[in-house]
Amino acid sequence: MNGLKTLATTAVLLLAAASAAHAGVTLDAIKKNGFIKCGVSDGLPGFSYADEKGNYSGIDVDVCRAIAAAVFGDATKVKFTPLTAKERLTALQSGEIDVLSRNTTWTSSRDSAQGMNFTGITYYDGQGFLVNKKLGVKSAKELDGATVCVQAGTTTELNLSDYFRANKMKLTPISYDKSDESAKSLEAGRCDVLTSDQSQLYAQRIKLAKPDDYIVLPEVISKEPLGPVVRHGDDDWFDIVKWTLFVMVNAEEMGINSKNVEEMKKSTNPDVKRMLGVEGDRGKDFGLANDWMAVVIKQVGNYGEIFDRNVGAGSPLKIERGLNALWNQGGLQYTPPVR
Amino acid sequence: MAESRLPHPDLPPPASIIGPWGWMRRNLFSSPLNIALTALAAYLLWVAVPHLLNWTLFNATWSGDTRADCQANSGACWVFIRVHFEQFMYGFYPEAQRWRVNIAVLLLILGAAPLFIRTVPNPVKVKLGLSLLVVYPMVAFVLFKGGLFGLPNVETSRWGGLLLTLVIAGVGMAAALPLGVLLALGRRSKMPAIQTLCVTFIEFWRGVPLITVLFMSSVMLPLFLPEGMNFDKLLRALIGVTLFQAAYMAEVVRGGLQAIPKGQIEAAAALGLGYWKSMALIVLPQALKLVIPGIVNTFIALFKDTSLVLIIGLFDLMNTVHNATTNPDWLGFSTEGYVFAAAVYWLFCFSMSRYSQNLEKRLHTGHKR
Repeated sequence: MNGLKTLATTAVLLLAAASAAHAGVTLDAIKKNGFIKCGVSDGLPGFSYADEKGNYSGIDVDVCRAIAAAVFGDATKVKFTPLTAKERLTALQSGEIDVLSRNTTWTSSRDSAQGMNFTGITYYDGQGFLVNKKLGVKSAKELDGATVCVQAGTTTELNLSDYFRANKMKLTPISYDKSDESAKSLEAGRCDVLTSDQSQLYAQRIKLAKPDDYIVLPEVISKEPLGPVVRHGDDDWFDIVKWTLFVMVNAEEMGINSKNVEEMKKSTNPDVKRMLGVEGDRGKDFGLANDWMAVVIKQVGNYGEIFDRNVGAGSPLKIERGLNALWNQGGLQYTPPVR
Repeated sequence: MAESRLPHPDLPPPASIIGPWGWMRRNLFSSPLNIALTALAAYLLWVAVPHLLNWTLFNATWSGDTRADCQANSGACWVFIRVHFEQFMYGFYPEAQRWRVNIAVLLLILGAAPLFIRTVPNPVKVKLGLSLLVVYPMVAFVLFKGGLFGLPNVETSRWGGLLLTLVIAGVGMAAALPLGVLLALGRRSKMPAIQTLCVTFIEFWRGVPLITVLFMSSVMLPLFLPEGMNFDKLLRALIGVTLFQAAYMAEVVRGGLQAIPKGQIEAAAALGLGYWKSMALIVLPQALKLVIPGIVNTFIALFKDTSLVLIIGLFDLMNTVHNATTNPDWLGFSTEGYVFAAAVYWLFCFSMSRYSQNLEKRLHTGHKR
């Protein structure tokens, strides 16, 4: 028993030593390696997908590319590590990756007890419902007595029963292990409704034989803010990741995109000049090249471009901007200014 | 005036007991229970087969390049498999370097082929077999990994598809059998230290699920190692799979050892053979021959268990198929993908099973009933 205790203590001490060693050194280590180690999903349509040549694409992937562009001035200097949901947090804690960009929901326990720092929100997701048009249902409030397909063991399942209880409706849930199974059973009519995060519902809908027969209901019953994560304790690195995201959103707001960024450098607008590194030292404040923000926009694009090509109108998923529109266009994407 | 009575020539058997009709009467309709079972089976086939054939063949899409080509037909979309076929075979192995994998596979086939030809003399086979076990893995490793002789380096994280499945299964089998034999001998040893060690090892690894072993190797191990020291993920998985399977193999081999009568060892001792010689020349050849079904059973289980590496983010055949089903341009073809994966697994496992039966027949020396 004593031996076990010693072993456990040693392990904890080692862990503590390992995390203490991280402080302030992430960027140095990255520069020494010559690339950023980025943890992504092992396959989620629109967020992370590796094609037959091993080239990654998706929103989460583009965030990592943007960070590489910020640090190295070269968006290709990323090494992607596909991670399952179970191993993602340990991979970050153990230093196997520098940043986790893997549709991870920002929650209080992850931010505190699990030693993570969420750097921002790349995608405001929420749980929604997909129903067959034949049911004639227009709102989730009309789903009393419905049979609902849901993925087992997820917060989705808990949110579902909470929502039905709060609205005093009768619920018959059918749990499935894989999203493919639930799509098939919706198609076969084993359930009336399928519930999942909205971003996934659109992908699920494409899987059906007749996607046009199904609609996504307007109600969103949970908050699932997804964003990149770094380890606690290295504020310099935290700032870089956070502001890479902010820069992309600010760029969309200012109308700067990957195509016009060179022209915009000639702009007389002081906000634009500061951001693109033409005026002032706002870039150098981060310990990076002064024009890193311009490089990010040029090589990866602004937030709107990334959204559009991965999950929006320019992609097979065709998800509407909704909550992810800019704050001045009815959405929630609002970031502090570069100044 | 004797009237000779000639026997009537034999009549052909009645039509009801020969030919297809007779076969059916004997095998399918011999009793009320059999009639009922036959009817039930026929009904099930009637329900399932037309759908299956329609889906796999008649309504399937074979030609085209995009998802849109498949949407006109209600059946399977084999275009999905064709488009992703290279990915299923090699994973993310760089396209320009795939010839290296092909050469390694070709070398294996050429090297292993003489082992299956009966006219090749046994001493040659032994030498060839040993070099396949010892030299070939090194050659294959250099070919796959590169970094030597001017071959560009290919990270193990880019190995994938069937290639990775075969690497894990191959290394697991080649390493687990010798290790298992040693463990089995160790467990029967009269030296308490060795016996305890082997028993502990076997019972520990047999007592934990493979999925836990893989998970520990991928999630826990990095936390215990000093910062910056990162084992290759594939190497961790390979060690885990090998140790796990060696424990199982040890028990299979021990079963064979127990079946060898004591007299054999005593006779070997009487001939003046030492422990290792009597084991290698007298006991093991007999014991291993007895447990061929068990050994192959373990191998087949191992081959299928390799698909578990998907939980630690390695892209074996199964995970590569899963990854392809998340291709935004090809959503909704998971059934085709998994059917393909199942067919590949079945092909390999069935071949192993047939080979083992063949081996049993050839090594048959009248010891079986």
